[in-house]
Amino acid sequence: MLKDALLAEFVGFPGHRSDVIEGYLARPVSESSVPGMVLLHHAPGLDPWSREVVRRFATEGYACVAPHLYHRRGPGHWADVAAAGRAAGLAASMPNEQVMGDIAGAAAYLRAQPSSNGKVGVIGFCSGGRQAFLAACDVPTLDAAVDCWGGSVLPQPAAEGRPASVGVIGRAPDMSMPLLGLFGNDDSNPDRAQVDEIGRVLTELGKEHEFVRYDGAGHAFFVTDKPVYRLEQALDGWQQVFRFLDRTLKGAE
Amino acid sequence: MCTWLSQRVEAHGAARGVPDWMKITAINVMYDHPVSAPYDHALLLDFIDPSQGVGARVGIELSATSARELVRAIEAALSSPEATSDLQQQAHI
Repeated sequence: MLKDALLAEFVGFPGHRSDVIEGYLARPVSESSVPGMVLLHHAPGLDPWSREVVRRFATEGYACVAPHLYHRRGPGHWADVAAAGRAAGLAASMPNEQVMGDIAGAAAYLRAQPSSNGKVGVIGFCSGGRQAFLAACDVPTLDAAVDCWGGSVLPQPAAEGRPASVGVIGRAPDMSMPLLGLFGNDDSNPDRAQVDEIGRVLTELGKEHEFVRYDGAGHAFFVTDKPVYRLEQALDGWQQVFRFLDRTLKGAE
Repeated sequence: MCTWLSQRVEAHGAARGVPDWMKITAINVMYDHPVSAPYDHALLLDFIDPSQGVGARVGIELSATSARELVRAIEAALSSPEATSDLQQQAHI
């Protein structure tokens, strides 16, 4: 087998309410069966960094698709579509119910591939981290979830230009899969106290979760094309992600 | 009146343009993660005409320092004696 051979392309699949939405897919070219991963992009949209991470999952032996969560604001260049979505605010551009429907559609699409091993996880960054947390509670067809610095999991007060948010922590009793959380201790949303509180709620509910927290890192410390990137913490973080997913989706010890 | 008053401010950021003039009917202003400018957060300006689709957009991402310089230059241009006098006669602009 040619190591690291992969195929990457834009695809369409049915999302929420069977709307066909676009997504970016990468999968290993291999005769082995592989698990699937649904990747939830950060607020700037399905940008080059997000697509690079999709391809990375393929090199690690996962078929990965990133649904374009702003798709319905199009058609147009992804950056213009994302700009229109962001200006409308999070709740209007990516309503929870719609995003959960798109994630369920992406998971079904991955599971229908001939190479699927039947397992599918979800990982999200920034706003996608909160969506991954919610998916762990709302999309029971998934098998594992990774929340990377998801903000506003807890209720948030209103600020100028942004309405108040009730958060998604109230759905935690429905969490039906293991959750891995990665957080930078210098982040302000979620800050240390908020991560403590989320962990406390999950522990109290007896939900399987593991939080890895890094000193010297803030928000989005995996993002290689911005100053917030933190090499040492990101390298360890990626090891944690693949250790967790290899165990939950590939059955590795 | 032809003022010929111009200023150039140093700027750091990124821009996404259109091939020709377009009408704009709104400006979105955010301070958030930029798409292209190499900062964790930036001042994001989108000059748009939503009736023409999402591609009718001139997008600008500026460092906070550049954005403040731009505000200063805009204020200076609008408060010049020529502009002040002219604006008194054209209150509709």
